[in-house]
Amino acid sequence: MTTKQKDTIDRFLKGGMSRREMIERLGRMGLGAAAGAYVLNQGMTEALAQEFNWKAHEGKTINLLLNKHPYADAMIANLENFKSLTGMNVTYDVFPEDVYFDKVAAALSSRSSQYDAFMTGAYQVWQYGPAGWVEDLNEYISDSDQTAPNYNWDDMLEGIRKSTAWSGVPGAELGGEDSKQWALPWGFELNSIAYNRRIFDQLKVEPAKDLPELVELAKKITDSDAGVYGIGVRGSRSWATIHPGYLSAFANYGAKDLTVQDGMLKAAMNSPEAKEMTALWVKMIQESGPKNWATYTWYQVGTDLGAGASAMIYDADILGYFMNGGDNKEAGNLAYSAFTPKPGAAAPTPNVWIWSLAMSTFGGQKDATWYFMQWASGTDHALFGARKMDFVNPVRQSVWKDEEFRSRIAKSYPGYIEQFEASSPGSKIYFTPQPLFQTVTTDWAAALQKMVANEIPVDEGLDELATNIDRQLKAAGLG
Amino acid sequence: MAATTATQPTASPRKSRLGPALLPYLLSLPALIVCIGIIIPFFTAVWYSLQRYNLNLPYLRGFVWFQQYIDLFSDPSFWHTVQVSLLYTALTVILELLLGLGIALLLRRPSTLHNIMSIALLLPLMVAPAIASLMWKLMTHPDFGILSWLIQQVGVTNFRWAAAPSSALFTVLLVDIWVYTPFMMILLLAGLRGLPKQPFEAAELDGVPASFVFFRITLPMLTPYIITAALFRMLDSIQQFDIIYAMTQGGPGDTLMVFQVMAYLDFFQNFNVGRSAAVLMVLWAIAYILSNVFIKHWLRLRERARGAA
Repeated sequence: MTTKQKDTIDRFLKGGMSRREMIERLGRMGLGAAAGAYVLNQGMTEALAQEFNWKAHEGKTINLLLNKHPYADAMIANLENFKSLTGMNVTYDVFPEDVYFDKVAAALSSRSSQYDAFMTGAYQVWQYGPAGWVEDLNEYISDSDQTAPNYNWDDMLEGIRKSTAWSGVPGAELGGEDSKQWALPWGFELNSIAYNRRIFDQLKVEPAKDLPELVELAKKITDSDAGVYGIGVRGSRSWATIHPGYLSAFANYGAKDLTVQDGMLKAAMNSPEAKEMTALWVKMIQESGPKNWATYTWYQVGTDLGAGASAMIYDADILGYFMNGGDNKEAGNLAYSAFTPKPGAAAPTPNVWIWSLAMSTFGGQKDATWYFMQWASGTDHALFGARKMDFVNPVRQSVWKDEEFRSRIAKSYPGYIEQFEASSPGSKIYFTPQPLFQTVTTDWAAALQKMVANEIPVDEGLDELATNIDRQLKAAGLG
Repeated sequence: MAATTATQPTASPRKSRLGPALLPYLLSLPALIVCIGIIIPFFTAVWYSLQRYNLNLPYLRGFVWFQQYIDLFSDPSFWHTVQVSLLYTALTVILELLLGLGIALLLRRPSTLHNIMSIALLLPLMVAPAIASLMWKLMTHPDFGILSWLIQQVGVTNFRWAAAPSSALFTVLLVDIWVYTPFMMILLLAGLRGLPKQPFEAAELDGVPASFVFFRITLPMLTPYIITAALFRMLDSIQQFDIIYAMTQGGPGDTLMVFQVMAYLDFFQNFNVGRSAAVLMVLWAIAYILSNVFIKHWLRLRERARGAA
């Protein structure tokens, strides 16, 4: 950064000029918008350094395990700022999501000290926490010697913050009594409908209001001469098939995965509400889903929408966001719709997925790792990522209020913020936290595959699944 | 002094005998180290299989003797896995053997063209099975896969390949056959080219029909090679993981839930080390029994061949 650039940014940080004026001045100095934002972040980084001893672990190197994701890309793009702020070095391994969680499980179960911190989902810490593989971060967050004064933990959206905290007691409320903060929320997604406005206009149809209407609409599109299939949803034999659209609709119908009775868990996914909703879901896939649905992960669901092969998806809202940009064929044609699946229900109830950062118990430099984690989950990096990269949805309230972020989204992704604001009040994790999460959801996905393939009727399939889950819960001493 | 001199002659021969006596042990030391390297992980797995050991339920850990096995054998999904694994193994070994033998017979006479073709046919074997699976996943994609397009041209529409329970086994078999038939072919080709020429020349002089030559001369003489190739493929197929996992993760439903996929999911998804180890022990036992059957058959054939000689 040149002296002139630094002076301009210092003046902005001290309130001596508006953001627009600062960006214009940086532009005159030959910096484009992205480079300007990077330099601004560097200036903010230096301002940060004046209030807190960020150099306490200078010279140390921490190693990260990352999933190939826009959140990781945003962090890597801003990493030089962390290095100059702290004098620390950061190395990282990036793995595609297909194998990412297996890699995490292998590293943690072997008690490897190779990685100091890693990306994780909130559900996964229900397994890693009780196993003693991740650190409780409460002690760092509340330690003023270790945490910068402007970290502002309370700025994190409360529901998201709580969703990454759990006591370890199966079935206990997330963020409830004696909860341990197993991870720091980084970015999150809730589930709603993203659709292709061009195809909808061509067929003169509007987004569905509830699940029965969605089933009809998807069939109408599939049967039309538009040459696309109606709706993309995930179908691979994996936990990841259950948590997006399926569980969001499931929760909206008032169904639960498990219930807690006298401290013991019992499968509840075969309730009448669950059967009603699942029957519609199965019908929708059979009539209007992708032909090879049983192999579909989020990647295929998203790319089909982006390529114009499907008319809509019921999946992560950020998947619709990502597909509306870049080189995607349908970039600029996608629109978003909050979705209330149960007819007559008051509001959407999207299940959420939270990409988070967790600290390995087996890392050898936990304090230094915490410095990285608080920087990566701090406001400045979140603002950088939200304004200039695809670090959405932000987990910080202050970022959602940021004018630059909001105007960028409103301009490039019309309807996205409206969808988010309509969906988010009812959004949370609708799974019951318990250590057999992966077992339950993978078996659930396998059962759905059998139902869609007409190997077993829906009610029988869900009854069989519940019996199987109860047996496994009992064997694990949880049911 | 006298005592000292008296002991010296006896010490020297003892020293010289010690070297040759130790030599066999020293020579077998590397083999012993390798054995220990094999035995430690094996018995660790046996040890885990006798425990209730779930990584994320550490409070449950305890020695349960054969309870894991009892639970496994009383689980219908396990018997489904046994059935699928054996069917998959039988089909891959038989089909690859027939195809490999057919190709080897076609390329039997050495020529420049045959040599080039046999090298070209080996190419699939050099592709990692997981990568081959991804290639086949793309080729069988219903919307843009070339194989989907080809079968549409002959009137087969809406064929869902690995995504439908009815065609999933067929699809993964195709991939397995594509990858591993060259292995069979190269072993059998080496066997065919190594067979003595005299019986064939004699049969040709006598005007013996080709079918008689094949069934009465070629096949019996090639049998040891066939058994060896089939044994290798059987051991590999019963432990199949990469193709099935990359294509379907054991699905749709539990359609392709073979041993290795079941053990992998038990460990990496469910963190159930005890059950995963028990599944692998059962797999080991099946592979051991099948190998013994093959090897005994092979030894019997060898004895018969020696007797005939």
